[in-house]
Amino acid sequence: MRWRLEPGMVIDGFTLQEHVSTGGMALLWTVTREDDPTPLVMKFPLLLDSDDPLPIVCFETEQMIMPRLTGPHVPRFVTAGPLDPMPYIVMERIPGESLKSRLDEVPLPWEEVVTMGAKVAHALHDLHLQKVIHLDIKPSNVMIRETGEVVLIDYGFARHEQLPDLLAEEFREPFGTTPYMAPEQVLQDRADPRSDLFALGVMLYFFVTGERPFGTPRGGQIRKRLWRDPVPPRALAPGCPPWLQEIILRCLEVDPQDRYATAAQLALDLDNPDQVKLTERAERLARDSGMKTFRRWLKARKAQPLEMPNITGHLSRAPIVLAAVDLSPGSEDLAESLRLMVQRVLSLETEARIACVNILKTSRIAVDILEDAEGNSLHVQRLVQLKHWGASLGVPTERISYSVLEAPDPAAALVDYARHNNVDHIVIGARASSALRRYLGSVSSQVVAEAPCSVTVVRTPKDRRAENG
Amino acid sequence: MLIAILTDIHGNREALSACLAHARLLKVDRFVFLGDYVGYGADPAWVVDTIRTLVDQGAIALLGNHDAAIDGSDEDMNSTAREAIRWTRGQLGPEQCRFLADLPLIHEEGNVLYVHANGYAPRNWDYMDGPMEAIRHFSRVEAHVTFCGHVHVPMLYHMSTTAKVGTFSPVANNDIPLLPTRTWLAVIGAVGQPRDGVAAANYAVFDTARQTLRYLRVPYDTATAAQKVREAGLPEKLALRLEQGR
Repeated sequence: MRWRLEPGMVIDGFTLQEHVSTGGMALLWTVTREDDPTPLVMKFPLLLDSDDPLPIVCFETEQMIMPRLTGPHVPRFVTAGPLDPMPYIVMERIPGESLKSRLDEVPLPWEEVVTMGAKVAHALHDLHLQKVIHLDIKPSNVMIRETGEVVLIDYGFARHEQLPDLLAEEFREPFGTTPYMAPEQVLQDRADPRSDLFALGVMLYFFVTGERPFGTPRGGQIRKRLWRDPVPPRALAPGCPPWLQEIILRCLEVDPQDRYATAAQLALDLDNPDQVKLTERAERLARDSGMKTFRRWLKARKAQPLEMPNITGHLSRAPIVLAAVDLSPGSEDLAESLRLMVQRVLSLETEARIACVNILKTSRIAVDILEDAEGNSLHVQRLVQLKHWGASLGVPTERISYSVLEAPDPAAALVDYARHNNVDHIVIGARASSALRRYLGSVSSQVVAEAPCSVTVVRTPKDRRAENG
Repeated sequence: MLIAILTDIHGNREALSACLAHARLLKVDRFVFLGDYVGYGADPAWVVDTIRTLVDQGAIALLGNHDAAIDGSDEDMNSTAREAIRWTRGQLGPEQCRFLADLPLIHEEGNVLYVHANGYAPRNWDYMDGPMEAIRHFSRVEAHVTFCGHVHVPMLYHMSTTAKVGTFSPVANNDIPLLPTRTWLAVIGAVGQPRDGVAAANYAVFDTARQTLRYLRVPYDTATAAQKVREAGLPEKLALRLEQGR
């Protein structure tokens, strides 16, 4: 027998308070628990008189995946209840409203959309690192914490790489919310984290232009995105800067290979607009010609899902690598050793994005004179040198960026940069150990101790020989 | 409670000791053995004695087809298995044989069923090695979760509320929630003779409180185990299998 849910009713120690919402597939109630001040919600699948197994399978999917998720970008899982008499999940209640509440205000100022998009991209990267693809990114599934962090909710369509995919086993049809579904999702491929980047691209497009790039299609019409490109955002919102159009259209590429390799790489571009490599996408003001579209249509008729069953493997091929380059005079050999090491990393991690960073050390108290005797900016000089160093790596320009950071504490600046930009690997040079260096502490050893990621410390052949001798 | 589930040990001392040590590090509370302690490997007597000791301490041990063949017929076996069983008979004393002959076929605890080959006809030794076989199992067995071995390759079958059967090839070291909304058939891979191309021993840990299942792989000294098989004069094929895990 099923419960009749009423305020005040107690289920396994949780007291029902208020019926918050009824979605397509679930009911949400706010609940409280004795001696627990955390705001909580209890979610029940909608099983009412329906023969449709979809709500229960989505619910099971969520029950499997949610307990595995951690961090600020997901609602904290509390507990789940058995099937009999009625299954439920209790989780943290995220105060506030989802981005759906902003839909009445579209188009939004593009600056705001960029800030919001970067936050969602950071949250997505955190989710992908947990081996989960959301597969239903849309405004109503994005909440903002009071602290400003994005929380991704509703894992009913999600896929965990190391758990059974109950939806794919049960049904033979595509899942998702049609305006936001990636082309490969239409083809029933549920294993590509870049599907979430497509959905985020749809969101960015919608918030910037006020229009959905593929409308709200039904039935067979959802396949149309396999060949028909959207109207470029700048044609609808002339205020949208070319670099933002570049980012949005790259997210909306039909072939996942043409999108950003990872959400972290997308976040890096949204956070650093001056480093976005502009291509023909940025300038486009009209859709592709009929002939080009027709050719894509011919190709799309035979389109098959790509086999990409490995989220972890995919992320590890496309890391963000920070090359901490020392350009001070006398460090040429070390810069060369660093370049060789970065090249070695690139040969294995073929889709890596390289962030070349140089630190311009500033004084803590004195006013720094960041100009040379001729009045040239030191910052610009360093940037020129850094670009010269990076050019010889032979990385396509859209996958390499250059930053000169001014900071009194070089190691802390590098660690901060790595943390904020989801850097996976820092490659940094170090001089051979000496008594003075051991006493003062080196930048590289501080980076090794404090970095949130892997660090490779490079020494020159000369220093290695000196040590051995 | 953490229950370590081990099956298809097949006289492999090195693999069994490695798994037992691994499980003790995980602080498991109980051991359940799903059968086939002997056959193929070179240390059947040591393995049987070890299992007997653990049973005296509260472990559950069930009967496998190789164990049943010690005291019974080996007619249904292939020639390699039969040769190994005939060699094994010479290695076991009367008490060890009696221990094997007295083992039960199934063990039930609440809605959890443990068995060597399959839950619907345990003595016919049908293999649960595909979705069709899993459907046959689900249509005849009530248990919410069934654990079996016999196939040597780990696999997890599950049936939804609409009776659709799913197949999942488990990844080691990963807690899979055995949802109450489904019925589950967990095939545990072999300790002593893995056959999925990975030489490391298989076993699994069932967490009864959290209702999660974790498949595990434990590397062990395959070189010694294979060498002992060769020294015992058993078929070369059996030594190679241990080295290659297939």
